[in-house]
Formats: sequence, structure tokens, C-alpha cells
Amino acid sequence: MIETSLSTVLAAEEVSTPFQLAGTTWPDFAWLIPVFPFVAFFVILFFGKRMRTSGTVVGIVAIAASLVVSLGVFSQAYLHPGFVEEKKVILTPFGDGRLTLGMKVDGLAALMFVIVCLVSLLVQVYSTSYMDGDSRYTFFFAMLSLFTTGMLIVTIADNLMLMLVGWEIMGVCSYFLIGHFWEETPNSNAAIKAFLTTRVGDVGFMIGIFILFWGAQSFEFSTIIERAESGEMPRNLVVAGTVAIFFGAVGKSAQFPLHTWLPDAMAGPTPVSALIHAATMVASGIYMVARLYPVFELSGPALNLIGVLAAITMTMAALIALVQDDIKKVLAYSTVSQLAYMTAGLAVGGYTAGFFHLLTHAAFKGLLFLGAGSVIHAVHSNNMSEMGGLRRYLPRTHATYLVGCIALAGIPPLAGFWSKDEVILDAYWAAGFGHPHEDVATSPIVGKMVFASAVVTAVLTAFYVTRMYCLTWLGTYRGKGTPHESSAAMTVPLMVLTVPAAVLGFWGSPLWPDAHNIKRVVAFAGQPYHAPELLPIVAGTSVALAVLGVVVGFAIYGKGLPRRDPTLHMGLVTKTLQRKFFLDDLYLHAIVRPTRSTIAAGSYWLNQHVFDAPPNLAGKGAVLAGRAAYAVDRNVIDGTVNGSGRTASFTGRALALVQNGNVQAYATGMFVGVLALAVAFAAR
Amino acid sequence: MHLVYPTVLAALLFAIGVYGVLARRNAVLVLMSIEIMLNAVNINLIAFNAWLQDTLLAGQIFGLFVIAVAAAEVGVGLAIVLLIYRTNETVDIDSLTELGDAQGAQRDAQLAQRGVDRSAAGAGAEAQVR
Amino acid sequence: MTLAQAAPGYADVTAQEVIFLLLGLVAVASAVLVVTTKNVVHAALWLVVTLAAVAGSYLMLTAEFLAWVQVLIYIGSVVVLLLFGIMLTKAPIGGTAGLDGENRVAAGIVATALGGTLATLMIDAFRHAYIDLDDFTASGAEETGSAIFQHYVLPFEVVSVLLLAALIGSIVLSRNDEGGR
Repeated sequence: MIETSLSTVLAAEEVSTPFQLAGTTWPDFAWLIPVFPFVAFFVILFFGKRMRTSGTVVGIVAIAASLVVSLGVFSQAYLHPGFVEEKKVILTPFGDGRLTLGMKVDGLAALMFVIVCLVSLLVQVYSTSYMDGDSRYTFFFAMLSLFTTGMLIVTIADNLMLMLVGWEIMGVCSYFLIGHFWEETPNSNAAIKAFLTTRVGDVGFMIGIFILFWGAQSFEFSTIIERAESGEMPRNLVVAGTVAIFFGAVGKSAQFPLHTWLPDAMAGPTPVSALIHAATMVASGIYMVARLYPVFELSGPALNLIGVLAAITMTMAALIALVQDDIKKVLAYSTVSQLAYMTAGLAVGGYTAGFFHLLTHAAFKGLLFLGAGSVIHAVHSNNMSEMGGLRRYLPRTHATYLVGCIALAGIPPLAGFWSKDEVILDAYWAAGFGHPHEDVATSPIVGKMVFASAVVTAVLTAFYVTRMYCLTWLGTYRGKGTPHESSAAMTVPLMVLTVPAAVLGFWGSPLWPDAHNIKRVVAFAGQPYHAPELLPIVAGTSVALAVLGVVVGFAIYGKGLPRRDPTLHMGLVTKTLQRKFFLDDLYLHAIVRPTRSTIAAGSYWLNQHVFDAPPNLAGKGAVLAGRAAYAVDRNVIDGTVNGSGRTASFTGRALALVQNGNVQAYATGMFVGVLALAVAFAAR
Repeated sequence: MHLVYPTVLAALLFAIGVYGVLARRNAVLVLMSIEIMLNAVNINLIAFNAWLQDTLLAGQIFGLFVIAVAAAEVGVGLAIVLLIYRTNETVDIDSLTELGDAQGAQRDAQLAQRGVDRSAAGAGAEAQVR
Repeated sequence: MTLAQAAPGYADVTAQEVIFLLLGLVAVASAVLVVTTKNVVHAALWLVVTLAAVAGSYLMLTAEFLAWVQVLIYIGSVVVLLLFGIMLTKAPIGGTAGLDGENRVAAGIVATALGGTLATLMIDAFRHAYIDLDDFTASGAEETGSAIFQHYVLPFEVVSVLLLAALIGSIVLSRNDEGGR
């Protein structure tokens, strides 16, 4: 039963947005955004091998089309901050709930569309050159399209079930994409690790969905938010649901303790790292929390949990990044750390701050990953110990990479500074310092923890970024052969991303016109608006610390790799960091090995003897029945038939004895008969 | 006289005749026994005729006819016996069993045995196939 | 009809009854000998005695004509015929051992049963019946002849034809095949 119901809520006055058709607005067509890459997936999968360009053009055109629509929707969001459009198609009613296919387009979603489509487009263009000659080229592109579809479904969904669908699509695609070079076991292991770790988080996610459904009797975001805010949903269900659902974010957004998959996922091709780990999949957890933020705001324990985990992750990942030799691993740990920044922002009530940081991070981390890919492509090695002095060989890549590094380090006026500063500011207020505009549900202790770790991480970030930069681009080249600059297909996306990495920060700064500030665009209904602020004490401290980190970094690594890399000679500290705080070992011995040996064996036994017992018994029973039937057929049925035959012939033979040819015997018989008759008649 | 006497006499003679027919081996002796039986019947007829005092003497006339028929029957019967004697060199009834199925019974037994063997072989073949 | 007439009891034995009983005894005895003797020719001769006794019974039952016809036909021709048969089939003149067939026991049982049944039946049915030999019409040759040729002509003619058929039949049967069919 399919009904369509349409509810459109447009705030403010009708100002025409660019290029819209009469009578419709861009958001009316927002549902096309996930459709284009989904269609492209099927086309590439079935026909890609036969096309001249192996299906890449299909993928790129599809995502470009989605980007166009996304920009249209974004223009609506920018010009009408606070608008919401929802449409739904009811699939099946069941009980009190309904399964619907619906879209909820507001400022948050519009922004996410643009990020996802833009980064996906750039990655696909980049991959035409990077993955050229690969044996599974077409399949790679099909998976890229499907992955993008999954992320867009997560973005556009208006209910938790649909979001879960997109969530799982991304999970599966990440397995395929990370495990692209599966011929080597470490790569396929990495893919399995990524899939299983995020799966563990997904269990919590699903439990959270069901708890929230139980409380709100609906899967839809709007309904859940409304019921939670109005108090219809019992408070314990709110808390339990948000805590459980956050575990999905812990898995997908690589927070402690489920962060271990992300560095190992660097085994996949670099464009995949750029797409999945910079901009999209890891952002989906943040996005999900942002969608349900009004519910999270009511749940202090959830916010505290988020804050604690963020604080731990932030610092831990930054420390581990100090001792890495693989350039992609540095970026991976950096991603984990920056993701923790985003979740920290959400934890301390800085909904906009966290999302703003997501935005800028997508730009500069994507830039850094793609740049790293260009370097790896030129040097044919991931290790920074085999790089050095590359600024002479790859000038264009160097320029863009430098912009990305400055942004990541948080040096103003580049994007990273503005977003990081907002997070730190919100943490500062949540910690109880200064004069916060409003109260947040986070406890001040957690706020202090977040603030402290954010500040420390800022220093560490600046340091390891400088280390990475110096080891790669400065000094003398330590590798083999002569590296050469990459093709236009690879450098143009880099240059495109430089722009937002540089200037995007201003959108959330006090320098932007207030009416269309990111805070207004991204705000959810009912969120009180406060203009972005720059508190000199906080901002000044963070800048000073970042500069400190950079200076120290240059001091040590300014001339390229020193003879004794200090980070590798810190004794026990180095060992701990290199072993990633022994977390991988802990998981291996505590979880993986027992599961593989005991639980696997137990499950196998259970499967063979308990679950397979009914079919096996049925089979044996069927065989026995067959044999019994055969026996019955042979002995009873055939026996009857044969027996009747034998009886007949036996009777015949017996009777034949009567016919012995002796007439007198016959006569005797006759007389006996006559006598009998006579007696019978006489007796009557 | 009491009617019982002639009728019982007839019954006894009849029974004796029956014994002779069934027991005697020589065909001619069988014919003789048949004559005894016919005479018994005749006694009965005459006795009842006397008892009923039939004016038409039906019993006696009928008895007369019985005698005539008996004579004819003996004539034809002996002709047959002679023919049998000519063919078989004997008039021993016990040896005249060509109409019997004794050989047939034997043949049946043989066939049955062969059939059992065949079905046993067939079952064996079936078991092998399976 | 004298059926319902009260018959004198069995204790009153008349002369006819005595003679009849004696004749009956002779008949039964000789019949037994016919069926049990080991000599074929003796069997035929005992048959003669039986038939003669039966003829005597006929006389006792006032069937004179029939009695003499019995003697003439039966003893005169039938037994002669039987003796011819014995001679032509080369029956052994002396006694032979196995003259009784295999069927003896069964035959004995059947015969005894039959005789017993019939006798019981007769006695039971005709216990009170009595042939009144004094008061009745004659049944000599004259009466028998007029009965035949007045009332039973047709059966008489048929019997003639029957005898003719039997005659022809036996001739045909006993003919040698040299004449060809």
C-alpha cells in the first residue's frame, strides 16, 4: 500500500533561488541526489566492461548531476536558513509503526550533500588516473558509485530505518573498497577488520534504533525529536537509546575503542582513503548524532560518554601519529584525532562547531590524502623514510599539500583554525569557564577533560603535521629513481580542494554576514542562535600552541630526516606508541583468538549437531522411510501379488490332483455330493 | 406287506451297486454293478405301483422301459469296453487316466520351481543394481 | 387309495412277507458277492442269482409279466452279453488278486452312507404304509399289454427307437477301421 503524503514547511518569505523551475523548489528534486549514483552503479556493473571508458564516464556524469542538484538544494538552504522539506512514501504499515521511504532536507542535509558529492566527484576523477591499469578498474568505479549512494541515503533519510539501509550499504562497500588489493592477505585482513569492527558498533546502533522506536513509536527523526522534547518519551529510554545509538557512531567514526580499523584500512587504494576516511563514511556517525541532536541534548549521560571517548581518542591518536613512518598512517591517525574533535564538539553542545569542523576536515583531509596518493604514485612507496626533498620534483602537489598541512595544523586564517577554535571555545564554556550563552547537559568535569585534551591535541597535531611535511618535502631525496609530477587528472582535484581548505573557515567566522552564517544554515529547528565568537584568550592560546608545535617540529626536522629521529628513540614511550597502546594486541588475544578457536568451534558444533540435526534427521528419516517403503513394496505389496499368484497356482495344483483320470474317483465324488444334497433336503 | 420291506431292499441293493461301481477295477464288473442298481430302482417302482394300485400300471410299464434301457445301455457299454480293450490291451479302469492331469500337475510343479528360480534371480539382480 | 388305512403291525408277518424277506436276503447276499468276488466269471454268475431273486420279488409284488421279462431279458441276454464281454476282453478265468480298485475305502464309506441314508429315509417315510395284496386288480400280461398299447404307445415306440439306436451304436463302435470312414 503506497500513499504519498506531502508536508512542506518553508520558513521565511519566498525568495527565488537560482535556476529553479516555476512552482518548484530545488529541494523538491533532492530525492534525485541518491538516485543518480545508484543508477550509475547498476549501469557500470552490467555494462561497464563493454564501454570504451570502462564505465568511469557514467560514474562521473552521475555524481556531477547529483552535485548540480546538491548545489541547487544548498542554494535554497543558504538563502533560506532554517527551511525543512519532508516527503515520504509509505511502504508497509505494521502495528504502530510504518516503514517509509522518505527524505528530510534541511540545512544540515544540504551541506552534507555538497560535501559528499564534491569529494566523491573529485575522487572519481582522480581515480581515473590513479587506478589506471588496475585489473578490477570497472568494479572499483561501480563500488565508488554504490558507496556514494549509501552515504547519500544516510544523508537524505528522514527515518532511522532508511538511514540504517544506507549505513549498511556503506559498510559493505567499505569492505570491497578497502579490500581492493585482496591478493595480498594483509589487505583482505584489513578489509575484514574494518567491516567487523564497524559491525560491532552497528549492533549498538540497531539496539539504539529499537529503543528509540519503543519510546517514540516511530522511526522518523522529526517524530522522535518531537516526542523526546515534549516529554512523551520516558527519560530512561531517551538516555538508553542515545547511548546505544552512539555506538554506531563509535564504530563508523572510529572513536576509542573501535578506532583500530581505520589505520589498517590504509591498505586500500588512496582514493578510497580519501573518500571514505576523510569525508564520508567516518562523517556519517557525526552526521547521525547531528540529526538526532535535540534528543542527545536531553541526555546528559550520552553526552558525557561521547565527551570522554572523544577526549581519549583525540590525544591517543595524535600520540600514535608521532611515531609513524607510513605517510598514510600519519593521515589515518590524524583523521581519528580530528574525528574526535568533531565528536567532542557535539559532546559539549557545540553542534554547529562539530559539524563545521567536519566540513573543513573533509576539505583539507581529502586534499592531504589525494596529495599523499600523488606522492606515493611518484615515489612508489608509502614510507616517509624513502621520501624527502620532493618539493623539487612535485611542485604542484607540494603547493596544495602545504595548504592542507597548514589548515590541519590550525594556523589562521586557513579553515582548520576557525572550526577547531569553535570546538575549543565550546569546550571552554562547557568546562565552566567564561560566560556560556546557554547551559549544556554535559557535566563540567567532562567539559574540562575535553578542553584539556583539545588543547594538548592541538599542539601534538601541529607537531606531527610539521614532522610529516618536513620528512616528505624537505631535505634530500632518500628514495630510488626520479619522481615525477602526477597527471592533470590527479593534480586538478588537488587544486580544487585547496580552495575550500583555505577559505571555507570564513563561513563560520564572525567575518561572514550573519544572516547566512553556517550556524544559521545548519541549525536545527528550535536551536537558539548565537553569532560566532572569537574569544581572544581561547583563540590566542590555541594559535600560540599550534605555532609552538610547528616551531618545535621545524627545529627537529627542518632539514629533513635527522640521523636520530627523536620520536623513535623515546624508549618505552615509543614502543607503546608504536604498538598503538597495545590495543590491537589486546583485541587479538582477548577477542579474536577466543572467537576463532573456542567460539568458532562451539558454533560449528552447534551448527552441525543442533541446527543441522532437524534436516539431518529429516534426511535420515527420509532414507529410512524410503527403505521401509521399498521393503513394504517388495514384501507386502509384491508379496501380496506374488502370493496371490502362488496361491492360485497352488490351489490349481491341489485341485489338479482331483483330476486323476480315475472315473471311479469322480463317481465317488458325485455320489458324495448327491448324498449330501439328499441329507440336506431330507433334514429340512 | 409293509411297503418298508421292498423299499429297504431296494435301498440296500442300490448301495451295493454303488459300491460296485466305485470300487471295482474291471470295467465289465462296473457294468454289472450298474445292473444291480437298475434292478434296485425297478423294485422300488414295482413296489410303489403295488402300493398305489395304479390302474394304469405306470410303475410296471416304467419298470419295463427301465429294463429295455438297461439292456441297450449294456450293449453300448460293452461296445465301448471292447474299444478300450482294443486300444489299451486292458480294461483296468485304474490305468485309464489319460484324461487326468497327473502329468499336468508334475508339469505345473516343474514350472513353479522354474518360476521361483527366475524370481529369485530377478530379486538378486535388483539387489545388485541397487 | 389305501394309503391312510391303518396298517397291521409288523408283528403280523404274512406268508408273502416271509417269502419276500427270504428272496430279499438272497438278492442282497448275491449282490454282495457280485461286488466282492475276485473271479470275474463268478461275479457274473452271482449276478444271475441276484437277478433271479429280484424276479421272484416282482412276483411277490404281483408283477408277473415283469418278472418273466426280467428273467428273459436280464438273465437271458444281459448276463450273456456281459459274459461275452468278459470273454472278449480276455478277463482272467481264474481269480485275480487286485480286482478291487484303489477307491475301495472311499467307495465303502460312500456306499454305506448312501445305504444307511436311504434305508433310514424309507423306513421313516413309509413306516405306516401297507401294500394290500388281497384286494386289488390283477396285473397280468393282459393288463400290462393293454396298458402299454393303449396308454403308453408313444413311449413304447420311443424305446424301440432307442434300442435301434443302441444297436446301431454298438455296431458302429465295435466295427474295425478297415472299412474306412
